[in-house]
Amino acid sequence: MMKGLLRRVGFWVGLLLFALFAVFPVVWMLISTFKQTGDLYNAGNNPFLFNLPPTLENVTFLFTGTHYPVFLWNSFLIGVLVVVITLSLAVPAAYSLSRLVGRWGERSGIAIFLVYLIPPTLLFIPLFQLISAINASNTIWSLVLVYPTITVPFCTWLLLGFFKSMPREMEEAALIDGCSRWQAFLRVAMPMAWPGIATCVVFAFALPLSDYIYAASFVSSTSARTVSAGVPTELIRGDVYYWQSLMAAAAIVTIPLAIAYGLLFGKLVKGFQTEPASGV
Amino acid sequence: MATDSTAPPPAAGERRPGIGDRSGLLGGLMLAPAVIYIVALVGVPFMLAIALSTSSATVGAPGIHGFVGLQNFIDVMHQPAFPVALRNSVIVTLATLVVTIIFATAESELFARDFRGKWFWQIIIILPWAMPVSLAAVNWLWLLDSQFSPVDWILRQLHLLGPGTLLGPANHLYYYGREWLGLASITMINVWRLLPLATIIVLAGRTSIPRDIYEQAQVDGAGFFRVLFRITVPALGPILVVVSMFTALMVFGDMTITAITTHGGPGYSTQILPYWAFVKGIDGGALSQGAAVALFMFPILLAAAVLALRMAFRQENQ
Repeated sequence: MMKGLLRRVGFWVGLLLFALFAVFPVVWMLISTFKQTGDLYNAGNNPFLFNLPPTLENVTFLFTGTHYPVFLWNSFLIGVLVVVITLSLAVPAAYSLSRLVGRWGERSGIAIFLVYLIPPTLLFIPLFQLISAINASNTIWSLVLVYPTITVPFCTWLLLGFFKSMPREMEEAALIDGCSRWQAFLRVAMPMAWPGIATCVVFAFALPLSDYIYAASFVSSTSARTVSAGVPTELIRGDVYYWQSLMAAAAIVTIPLAIAYGLLFGKLVKGFQTEPASGV
Repeated sequence: MATDSTAPPPAAGERRPGIGDRSGLLGGLMLAPAVIYIVALVGVPFMLAIALSTSSATVGAPGIHGFVGLQNFIDVMHQPAFPVALRNSVIVTLATLVVTIIFATAESELFARDFRGKWFWQIIIILPWAMPVSLAAVNWLWLLDSQFSPVDWILRQLHLLGPGTLLGPANHLYYYGREWLGLASITMINVWRLLPLATIIVLAGRTSIPRDIYEQAQVDGAGFFRVLFRITVPALGPILVVVSMFTALMVFGDMTITAITTHGGPGYSTQILPYWAFVKGIDGGALSQGAAVALFMFPILLAAAVLALRMAFRQENQ
């Protein structure tokens, strides 16, 4: 009995500590968002309390006095385009590797993963030159072109694992029924792989929101910036930090994404269950 | 490619001649766009990076002529910031790795259970991962602000900071203004933002361990820590290797946190390789030297990746 109680206490204490670690900066962010400037910069105050009434002024400033809406729109647009490009390249490639091109295709998981391992910091300087050479600097198209270099290898690798773990019998039955290979792929294999495809959609859509190095290297005009590169440059002007609006900008992006990810938690765990064993 | 060997089951191949040929052609057509794209935008730039690093290119004169051999590598190696940046990159990566693995194993042990309101706790612990890296860095920049940090305030309330206390005499710790405290802060931010993903991957391995092993252990009366170190951790082996690889890659290749918090300062004491490459190549316009700095990371990354994959492979085959 004593041991069971000890375990329960240990469990909840552990959970609370991890939750506190994750949430503490976010709580600070949310408190700061709604603080008046006079309250924020008074070192004598308890920083966790509203010593002056909370205000929406800083959120309003973010949407009316800065280019934040433009950054949001750019991130969204790039996200959608990157999802489309990634899926149209990675899904057929993964299927082809798992079913159509022979044994070396099934074993190419490691090679594909190695491509994903090449970090942006190794490639951003030559890519910067390529982008300048085709006159795409300072446009969202430079980022639309470049982000699939990260998402395509990762999603191909993930989907390769999915397709390999799927039984071949269904597709073979469809082939015998007179479907072509292409139709078997579209009507049988793709619907069965939807959890993998959904994971890829989330990954590809979120990447333009989170990448900083490409966005900071290729785009220096405000009108084409994304949230991740635009917010720090627009709201940190020299030594002047618009802290409350900075925190608001982060909260507006983070909280919907966290809820989406949190609800997808189980699916994400499953996605990684099928793939490391078979893909690597 | 040999089409005979591609037709999956021999029986089907005999009944439907020609399908192997068509599969091979279709397979090639379906694979080609991805391969062409990757060759054009990863393969070519990679070669270009090598070419650039042996040229005298700048932003003003970006052409890759003026072959200078290994001069750029020699030049950057002789700059005093180089050993510091290399050291910091390695230290931050290793420290983040160790802490993240320990935390992720512990956290996945909690989330492997069913409990009330689990979805709510999942949203809470996944929050750091949902935040774009640059905004997470801004969040932490304000959290550890030199004047208004609430962490300093809590330490002052606990009488740990301030004149005549353990961490005093100053009223502030100046997290980003000191070499080791700056590196520790950067490590902390990395652990914070990578822990959710690491936990999810470890949890994927944890939940595929058969339950009857645990039930048997319970029957045998094994305690919590005995089960953890005798059963869970050994069974998690391969997946911990995968997590280590992910984590190391994300930390070693990332410059965002340093770029926004310490800027590599004071001086170059918290500089890391990727941000130094950015400062040199993009901000400073010395494209060739920036490319050389970035290329220094490649052998280290490659060695780590090959090592990790081989270990994962070997453990899986056992």
